[in-house]
Amino acid sequence: MEHYTMNLTLKVWRQKNKKTAGKLESYKVENISSEMSFLEMFDVLNEQLIIEGKEPIAFDHDCREGICGMCSMYINGQAHGPWQQNTTCQLHMRAFKDGDTIVVEPWRSAAFPVVKDLVVDRSSFDRIIQAGGYISVNTGNAVDANAIPIDKKNADDAFMAAACIGCGACVATCKNGSAMLFVGAKVSQLALLPQGGPERESRVLNMVAQMDVEGFGNCTNTYACEAECPKGISVANIARLNSEYLKAGLSTEEN
Amino acid sequence: MALNANIPPGEMDKKWNDYKGHVKLVNPANKRKLEVIVVGTGLAGASAAAALGELGYKVKAFCFQDSPRRAHSIAAQGGINAAKNYQNDGDSVFRLFYDTVKGGDYRAREGNVHRLAEVSTSIIDQCVAQGVPFAREYGGLLSNRSFGGTQVQRTFYAAGQTGQQLLLGAYSALERQVALGNVTMYARHEMLDVVKIDGKARGIIARDLISGNLEKHFGHAVLLCSGGYGNVFYLSTNAMGSNVTAAWKAHKKGAFFGNPCFTQIHPTCIPVSGDHQSKLTLMSESLRNDGRIWVPKQKGDQRNPKDIPEDERDYYLERRYPAFGNLVPRDVASRAAKERCDEGYGVGTTKMAVYLDYKDAIIRYGKIEAGKTGLKNLDDEAIIKLGKEVVQEKYGNLFEMYEKITGENPYEIPMRIYPAVHYTMGGLWVDYELQTTVPGLYALGEANFSDHGANRLGASALMQGLADGYFVIPYTLGNYLAEEIRTTTISTDHEAFLQTEKEVNARLTKLISIKGTQTVESFHKRLGKIMWDKCGMARNEKGLKEAIHEIQQLKLEFWNNVKIPGEINEFNTELDKAGRVADFIELGELMCIDALNRKESCGGHFREESQTEDGEAKRDDENFSYVAAWENNEEGWTLHKEDLHFEIVKPTQRSYK
Repeated sequence: MEHYTMNLTLKVWRQKNKKTAGKLESYKVENISSEMSFLEMFDVLNEQLIIEGKEPIAFDHDCREGICGMCSMYINGQAHGPWQQNTTCQLHMRAFKDGDTIVVEPWRSAAFPVVKDLVVDRSSFDRIIQAGGYISVNTGNAVDANAIPIDKKNADDAFMAAACIGCGACVATCKNGSAMLFVGAKVSQLALLPQGGPERESRVLNMVAQMDVEGFGNCTNTYACEAECPKGISVANIARLNSEYLKAGLSTEEN
Repeated sequence: MALNANIPPGEMDKKWNDYKGHVKLVNPANKRKLEVIVVGTGLAGASAAAALGELGYKVKAFCFQDSPRRAHSIAAQGGINAAKNYQNDGDSVFRLFYDTVKGGDYRAREGNVHRLAEVSTSIIDQCVAQGVPFAREYGGLLSNRSFGGTQVQRTFYAAGQTGQQLLLGAYSALERQVALGNVTMYARHEMLDVVKIDGKARGIIARDLISGNLEKHFGHAVLLCSGGYGNVFYLSTNAMGSNVTAAWKAHKKGAFFGNPCFTQIHPTCIPVSGDHQSKLTLMSESLRNDGRIWVPKQKGDQRNPKDIPEDERDYYLERRYPAFGNLVPRDVASRAAKERCDEGYGVGTTKMAVYLDYKDAIIRYGKIEAGKTGLKNLDDEAIIKLGKEVVQEKYGNLFEMYEKITGENPYEIPMRIYPAVHYTMGGLWVDYELQTTVPGLYALGEANFSDHGANRLGASALMQGLADGYFVIPYTLGNYLAEEIRTTTISTDHEAFLQTEKEVNARLTKLISIKGTQTVESFHKRLGKIMWDKCGMARNEKGLKEAIHEIQQLKLEFWNNVKIPGEINEFNTELDKAGRVADFIELGELMCIDALNRKESCGGHFREESQTEDGEAKRDDENFSYVAAWENNEEGWTLHKEDLHFEIVKPTQRSYK
């Protein structure tokens, strides 16, 4: 792999807190190595800002290996930047070239208010899980793990859905701010497994209801969410969500 | 102070059952009145908070991330051990117990390890019931794979994302308790001190990381599930936010710190590429199942690895350790890689790397697949294609991650790997009940020192985190709280709360008012370099003494010259980080003191003065068969020893040859 260095112009969203208005500010960074990760480039910029006596840019990040789901930058109009099936922390600077201007914004959605700069509040996702994204099994109640064989295809599909990292890129990228991919992934995982059977109907109804309460939009099948999902969660999960919702609605008396 | 581990009497395999049969209970009406604080929401914290919530306790859980689902347990890749013996390959509770004590180089407590092996099977049952999608065979039953330091297949996994799936299982159980009102969740909160009243832990001071405000929280007991301290080395596989602060504050409030120098350097990580590096990425140990590790036989060989013929490659692990080969335990594999690189056989631009090669595995799997489907006379290319598909199913996400970071395709070119700091076996000293030396203060998971001795076997951290949270603390905590039912909720206006809050506030004010010239990050990097050079994979008396001096100087400089922008009462990540680095500096000194005291080599702790003729770690059971538990006091630290007694697994020279 050929390594190189580059000078870049960054336009970054700065916003003091939830209540104040924000705006894009320009910064220059020099001698950025193509081997750096995107967040390491931000580390360089922040060190520079601190030394200059300015306030560093707040951004969320933790594991820096693409699994915790905390990092969340909207880079040049794409959630997590230009690479497919990738998180911001795993984006590397070889995706850019010398002289580039890069625009970095926070996730933008009514249900994800900005906390500061590039940091947003995604607690709405936790509340959707609280509404039913679990199997009600108290500790110590379980039967032997091999007591119920599970069709490998279903187990594999459940795993593919469960790979969601809850980053919110799907919401940020959707023109309706819909969380259907996130909700569909959890509903699918648990609907595909026999253990999820007993609460199958109440789960989907309650999670969708909470999704609406939080102010997420509806799905109009543009598939932008799947295209930007760092874990490649399929829109087939949205189809399954719709079908589960319909079935639950038809068979639940209260509805 | 005499340390009592409170191991129940009786035969090893009956201790836990007997304990459970006689432990004090708290009735449901009283549980509702008892409050428990849980700090950290990784596998240990989330499972503990969920399990205690289910029992009816009033739980408050804290994490510094924006959601409990982000805790760094999520990044664990390879798997979780359990003595299920589903493979009929001779596994048992005894063998898991034996392997773990031996793997830990006889520096773990037998009683704790046996309990861990016993409850391991229930963990898998619980996780499957929660909907954790483990890998399965075509018949619908669970699949297993091998890990280092064992000769059976007992590791359960979900591709290379096992930690993620287990944590999301525990997280969903936790969120269910939040919905039921049994757990209150405080995300983006950091614990900054323990509050003690009459010698007992009675609460914490936490900082709301969004507003910067300090909060006082009461609890009848406090559980620290705050993970390990690998970030003391600056570069490690830990998440950027992983820190020792909660454990360190507890230490300064009287909790002894056990075996701080026991650090795990994981053999297979992506090598450092330059000064800009902010963290290191692990390549799961499961890759050693099928990958072969080698370096060229010729020093400084510049050829493309594909052009180096078979007989000019040194598969040094297979050569040195024929019985375990590429699956020797982590400490052994790491030292062997360091030895080859130090001798000049390293590869890549920095020469600080070895190859992890999948060429043979791809061909082997390709042939098996061809055989399964009845395809005959396939050419090499077709076999390789089939083989790559199998490897992709098993390790796809890891290979992708490698390619994203390095820009190289590991299906075609062998991966370059080098050891990196990964896990800390040391931690707060706890007894059998997971209670620290402060009554009412408990430590679970990686935050305690208890189960892995001087070296942790792969796929055992997830097991321990969930064992502590789901199956141990619900029993042992009750034994303490049964005596607390008469203690009514103490007001957070109590003098002890006000005083502790004042101290925390004074420290924050001091940090922010230094207004020096050097950034927090620069101090952290300097600390990391001292630790890696002098308290890393190999340690010696001279280096450790130098390190202690250098760290003391660094501490002085930090408190006089650190530059922290912004204010206390706002979202200020530099201030958060400064507090953590200040604690790491103090911990670094204690780690070096502990490493200096332990003149033997054992597990991940390699003292150059104590090695066998062929360069293996040489233990000194006569003088060092103890847990070093350090007490913090005004003069510095005092050493207390918990002698280790081995009733079942008699210590011998650990051999994987």
